[in-house]
Amino acid sequence: MKTIYLDNNATTAIAPDVLNEMLLYLREFYGNPSSMHTFGGQLHRKVEEARAKVAALINAKPEEIIFTSCGTESDNTAIMSAVESFPQKRHIITTRVEHPAVFNFCKHLARKGRRVTFIPVDNFGRLNMEAFRKALDDDVAVVSIMYANNETGVIFPIEDIGGILRERNIVFHTDAVQAAGKIPIDVKKLPVDMLSISGHKLHAPKGVGALYVRKGTRFYPYIIGGHQEKGRRAGTENVASIIALGKACELAKKHIEEEASYLSDLRDKLESALLKCCPDVRINGDTEHRLPNTTNISFDFVEGEAILLRLDEYGICASSGSACTSGSLEPSHVLRAMGVPFTAIHGSIRFSLSRYNTEEEISEVIKIMPPIIKELRTLSPYGKEKL
Amino acid sequence: MWEYTKKVKEFFLHPKNVGEIENPDAVGEVGSLICGDALKLYLKIDKETGKIIDAKFQTFGCASAIASSSALTELIKGKTLDEAMLVGNQDIAEYLGGLPKEKMHCSVMGREALEAAIANYKGEKPPKEEEKIICKCFEVSEEKIRRTAIENHLTTVEDVTNFTKAGGGCGACIPAIEAILKDVWAVKVAVERQRIPKKMTNLQKIALIQDVIEKEIRPALQADGGDIELIDVEGDRVIVALRAMCVSCPMGGITLEGIQKKLRELVSEDIIVETE
Repeated sequence: MKTIYLDNNATTAIAPDVLNEMLLYLREFYGNPSSMHTFGGQLHRKVEEARAKVAALINAKPEEIIFTSCGTESDNTAIMSAVESFPQKRHIITTRVEHPAVFNFCKHLARKGRRVTFIPVDNFGRLNMEAFRKALDDDVAVVSIMYANNETGVIFPIEDIGGILRERNIVFHTDAVQAAGKIPIDVKKLPVDMLSISGHKLHAPKGVGALYVRKGTRFYPYIIGGHQEKGRRAGTENVASIIALGKACELAKKHIEEEASYLSDLRDKLESALLKCCPDVRINGDTEHRLPNTTNISFDFVEGEAILLRLDEYGICASSGSACTSGSLEPSHVLRAMGVPFTAIHGSIRFSLSRYNTEEEISEVIKIMPPIIKELRTLSPYGKEKL
Repeated sequence: MWEYTKKVKEFFLHPKNVGEIENPDAVGEVGSLICGDALKLYLKIDKETGKIIDAKFQTFGCASAIASSSALTELIKGKTLDEAMLVGNQDIAEYLGGLPKEKMHCSVMGREALEAAIANYKGEKPPKEEEKIICKCFEVSEEKIRRTAIENHLTTVEDVTNFTKAGGGCGACIPAIEAILKDVWAVKVAVERQRIPKKMTNLQKIALIQDVIEKEIRPALQADGGDIELIDVEGDRVIVALRAMCVSCPMGGITLEGIQKKLRELVSEDIIVETE
């Protein structure tokens, strides 16, 4: 059975060019870039080349990029750096819809005695700017607000938020793990101080990430040890994966415009067909400001895990905000923050596309999905009158 | 991803007895859209024999909820109501070759729907109004937590959450669940104690002492790396040997005292424990 992979906000396939490039550094050039001998030392240049490519994706300077092990590490590092840099400031501002890498880290800091404000969103997942402005005070050490939401794809007005924070001289971190490589980001124009990137969300392997730290931003390392990354992140460089991340960023930058329009066309085709074929369906999130590859659709009266496992029978991969898929009993905190009714959260399905998806695959899903929903509604005590 | 058995998958992908029964003799409805799972069970009952001649279901929920519902209908078809009442949530889980422990609440939902349907048939009203709700997130009553804990030998809050969902939301009710568990198991010991006959023959007494040592005392000692062996019983004198860690344990005296206390509590007030 062929796999139709529509779960690219969870992870992506490694691009063939990326894999080709990195394999050499796993097979042959396994040296340590810090070594004095040529065998290892020559890799230092490769790491720097990769750094330049990652920087280019967001129009940063190479020295503003720190390699990390993943998006979560980048997020934790950024927040902790600001907290350590401004020990007298006890307030952290974030949102109610952040990825757990920020959300749970902020909760952790709250338990450790920091004051954390979680800014709410409206029914479309848009940030409540009024509440955001009101939350600001002189005690704020850092504001961490995601660029684009992983579950809904909704894009926050990072430029406006950063502008407000710049005026007050408050450190601004944005988790751009979902946005980087999907939409153009230019940190020269964007008033952000720190920005997180994850490799495996943009066709590089898992286990590598990056943190952009604007020149002049106070920085305090999170992982302490050797002198790597100019003392900003200790630990021997994950050379092959760093090279892979560089290549993946290069590819993303090269094709970002055409890919965005290709993906949004496919996504819109899928979305409009499903809206037409199935009754009692709704789109979750602000469709005006959204990543080109993501759609979050709720099918009322059916439960997400059941939908996913039926899709699985056809090799179709997606994800759900339903409680049953999470391992905890709580459904998606993002959709709950948006005030999506519980009934719709339980039946929410996220499709997230990549450049490797085809028109045929989308047609296949459009064909398979409606009968699945119809059958599960026949099974459901609530669905009958809706058929 | 959940590790579902083949049977769960089969009953999810091709569930048996789906749908409604026209003019059912009994209907049992549990759960709600908000909670994330709901089950409506329809029964056709032969009035003379009291046998369930048909059972159908409709379920809103995940794969294991659908499979559990379908398994329930298969289990109760052809049974009399009295026989059906003996089908517990464990039977549903077993029929499916087991469920992931986090999904045991799906089997509990099946059992509840069955109870509701039988109560409906007998014209009993479900005793909803007076229920004390412990978990507000999933509307789980104290009664349900107690019953499920006893039926499934649940001793931790995590177990209770897996079987009833209670405590799986905001977590505010976790202390209340802990208190219920404490109460449930303390009560159980008290009930067992009542069953001890006032006048025991020597053989009965030895058997009971053996039983208490095996079930109550040994597990606690073994948890600390020790062990106990019953050597002899002479009247009220119980002679034991302590093994492993317990031998050199400076707390040995206290251990003996604890054993004596337990035996006095559960067997007879006059017990004296000694080492060989």
